[in-house]
Amino acid sequence: MISLAGRDIQHAWGKFVFTGVGLGLLIGVTLTMAGVYRGMVDDAKALLDNSGADLWVVQQGTLGPYAESSSLYDDIYRSILGMPGVTRAANVTYLTMQVRHGGQDVRAMVVGVVCGGAGQPGQPGYLVSGRRITRTHYEAVADMASGFKLGDRIRIRRNLYSVVGLTRRMVSSSGDPMVFIPIKDAQEAQFLKDNDAIVQQRRRTAANPLFNRPGAPGLLDAVIASQSKNPYVNAVLVQIKPGLSPEEAAEPIRRWKRLQVYTREQMEEILVGKLIATSAKQIGMFLVILAIVSAAIIAFIIFTLTLGKIREIAVLKLIGTRNSTIAWMILQQALALGVIGFVVGKIAATIWAPFFPKYVLLVPEDAARGFMALMVICVFASLLAIRTALRVDPAEAIGG
Amino acid sequence: MADIRRKGIHIEAICKRYGKGDTAVDALKGLEMQVFPGEVVGLIGPSGSGKSTLLKCLGAVIEPTTGRMTLGGEVIYDNGWKIPDLRALRRDKIGFVFQAPYLIPFLDVTDNVALPPMLAGRSNAESRKRALELLEALDVAHRAKAMISQLSGGEQQRVSIARALVNRPPVILADEPTAPLDSERAMAVIRILNDMAVQYETAIIVVTHDEKIIPTFKRIYRIRDGKTQEEAGEGRALNSIDSFAVLNRFPQKVR
Repeated sequence: MISLAGRDIQHAWGKFVFTGVGLGLLIGVTLTMAGVYRGMVDDAKALLDNSGADLWVVQQGTLGPYAESSSLYDDIYRSILGMPGVTRAANVTYLTMQVRHGGQDVRAMVVGVVCGGAGQPGQPGYLVSGRRITRTHYEAVADMASGFKLGDRIRIRRNLYSVVGLTRRMVSSSGDPMVFIPIKDAQEAQFLKDNDAIVQQRRRTAANPLFNRPGAPGLLDAVIASQSKNPYVNAVLVQIKPGLSPEEAAEPIRRWKRLQVYTREQMEEILVGKLIATSAKQIGMFLVILAIVSAAIIAFIIFTLTLGKIREIAVLKLIGTRNSTIAWMILQQALALGVIGFVVGKIAATIWAPFFPKYVLLVPEDAARGFMALMVICVFASLLAIRTALRVDPAEAIGG
Repeated sequence: MADIRRKGIHIEAICKRYGKGDTAVDALKGLEMQVFPGEVVGLIGPSGSGKSTLLKCLGAVIEPTTGRMTLGGEVIYDNGWKIPDLRALRRDKIGFVFQAPYLIPFLDVTDNVALPPMLAGRSNAESRKRALELLEALDVAHRAKAMISQLSGGEQQRVSIARALVNRPPVILADEPTAPLDSERAMAVIRILNDMAVQYETAIIVVTHDEKIIPTFKRIYRIRDGKTQEEAGEGRALNSIDSFAVLNRFPQKVR
């Protein structure tokens, strides 16, 4: 038996292929949306991987440092280093801000890290060019996605930093490229005020009779000095002894230091399950809408193609074609349209994904799931057309 | 098989009623008809006389209300009883030729003709062999690989006749097969139907309004108010018509 669907497609291949291409672009958008979600998750995991930490010690009662703000004194790391199972601990600050570069603002996550080599908590895992930060001030290592190059001078708040190294795939959970600077500079950048604000603050402090008492002449200077320093960091990143369970190391810190400690799994849950959960739902809604739109388009196309063949279907039925043969013909066409659409969509998504400003991760599993979903959509979308075709009366071919 | 096909078409007291109660309409009222194998019979009548209803009953797409109908020696309706598989009956025992050829546009000429035997379960090779034999007999074998849109009206009509004959049915129902053709081509198509009726021992009913072909029938059934009246036709000789030459002369598209 010849393939009626195949012959029909062959006969009107132009119409069929162009329709498939149109559908494919829509499917490409769907796959890209899934890729955007995967990219966000991957960014979040990359952030955790690149921190080089086994434990995150943050302010008690917070989900910091990524999902909520967290503030710890910068000397706490010393006491954590003395806890059982802890091999390394380092302060870290995170600040998402606009960094000036060549007259333009670049959205970046400024990370304050303790100077050190590879493997130090908070340090980028590897560099693609240049060197690590060796001076305690005014040097930076930037992610390539920021657009910075070696030797560039970038402005963060009031200070200029020289880019001495470049790294890759170091991004925040929002996909913003990271710029690493020394921890002291980062602490200053977080709270550094402009000159006018500093003058105002000093004036207000001096006007406060509690701080400017005639009987305590050194008090005002001491208060002003304390206001000019930032002794806080956002978190302490901790590495533990190999083979030790993270929970075993975390529990004494929680208990004795009265701090919140998250393991890698808990932090991943916070990032994926809480921080990007709303975005994921947003994308999920888009995917549902796109699936419905795709189904409607396929149904409309197949229905229109079937309506255009009513007379032929009546003749086919009159000469003894089984209903199942006619239904299979329509179903095959819907599936073929889906296959063309999927191939075009996959190619389109692969081509345009690198041009997105945020990381789009197209994983084969999503493509496979998308293909299966598309085939199911095609089957359901063809039902209306099949129903119409099966209701065609063979008597219509005779007329009268 | 041969003795069954000799039986042709036998219709006894066929009635067809549409609707119920006060709104019921009797389209056929005890209609009688017989067509023998190898015979081409004309069925004529004004609009609304019941021609199409009769054709649909014969084509096994609607059921008569009462009466008995035999096609190719097999009873297909008998006062409320009907043969179980009407689809197979249409496929194996009835060939259809329409006013417009109604060929499948996405199949080429050979596959259009080979489709009915394929549907009947014959192999592709055997079906195509049969199709090519008929296309040869109808002088359109040279267009075997052409798509339908590339054929002239006369060629399309011959392909539709080949499709009707390919399963060697005992009965062919032709509904206004010459309506879109000019006089010369109409006569050529009727000559072909006559030749095929004899060659394949097929009973052919031609429903027509076409005054120019009516004199070619030896027997005519005139249908009026749901009843038939048999008349002797002129049976004008068609031997002088070179059908294929006429149909090949000018490409004329069907309406």
